[in-house]
Amino acid sequence: MGFIVAEVSISSSHRLRQSALQAMPIVLGYLPVGFAYGILARSSGLPGSLAILMSLLVYAGSSQLIAVSLFAAQVSPYSIILTTFIVNLRHMLMSASLSPYLRRWKNSALAAFAFELTDETFALHSTRFAQGDTDPPDTFVINIIAQSAWVAGTVVGVMAGNVIRDVRPFGLDYALAAMFIALLVFQVKAKKYLWIALFSGALSTGLLILGFTQWNVILATVIAATVGLGVELWMKK
Amino acid sequence: MDEKVVFFTILGMALATYFPRVLPVWILASRPLPEAAVTWLRYVPAAVLSALLVPSLLLQEGKLHLAWDNLYLIAAIPTLLVAWKTRSLFGAVVVGMVVVAAGRFFFHL
Repeated sequence: MGFIVAEVSISSSHRLRQSALQAMPIVLGYLPVGFAYGILARSSGLPGSLAILMSLLVYAGSSQLIAVSLFAAQVSPYSIILTTFIVNLRHMLMSASLSPYLRRWKNSALAAFAFELTDETFALHSTRFAQGDTDPPDTFVINIIAQSAWVAGTVVGVMAGNVIRDVRPFGLDYALAAMFIALLVFQVKAKKYLWIALFSGALSTGLLILGFTQWNVILATVIAATVGLGVELWMKK
Repeated sequence: MDEKVVFFTILGMALATYFPRVLPVWILASRPLPEAAVTWLRYVPAAVLSALLVPSLLLQEGKLHLAWDNLYLIAAIPTLLVAWKTRSLFGAVVVGMVVVAAGRFFFHL
């Protein structure tokens, strides 16, 4: 009996370690970006406690960085909330694309899972789920570790922000772009995805130049994915 | 801005972020999706990441900036190579930041 219990606890601690290892790349990506966010929040005058609260409740890197600049520019609360909504609408597509894998999950588990769905956890879980790895506890361990890293990075950034005022000499303003580059490289698993990614990036850039600020990401994504589907259906015929 | 206003703005941001995250998974998880929808959704990750990234590399103050002194674009090359060859998110982020910091320090870009 004691032997079985010991074995169970060994295998569960083994799995915990496996999940923690899977979350490591996200942790290492989140610490510097969370740090950059913390510093930028302080340098644009946001109180440290509220900057940390945002990392706990909103937990969406790019929109938090955008919001900080909007707070600094004294933009109205409604515009800040609307911008956040539009920038984060893309999670709708991610949430939808994970849904086929989550049929056996309870609604409460889905609600908790969705709270910590980010670009990075999405990239990791879409790979895991496609391999049949849909165990809820493992998934939550990864998500909790990831958000803890984001919050920890923020806390350290807020503390450093009381001393450092300019992040540019450290290249910290590049953390988010570098993270997106890496995640994009990991997502391009076949040539067709590379072509659609290039098309989407060009389209998003073009839309911005034409003045579709804030809508460019969602429009480019929807159009590019539709073109991808269209080409795929056409090639099958 | 008053701290109380900032607090409520953050609560609003939290709700505005949570609904798009939870609704699709909640509504769609219980029913099978048509094959075309699944194919479409497979393009989303690469498309959305690229749509977020590419403008930040190519544009400066809303205008195309395709030149050797566009530090963000130049730094993208080593970052991409590191991500591709090592598959390390951390390695890519560090290399990107170091290249940007070095470009500013040595070349005043």
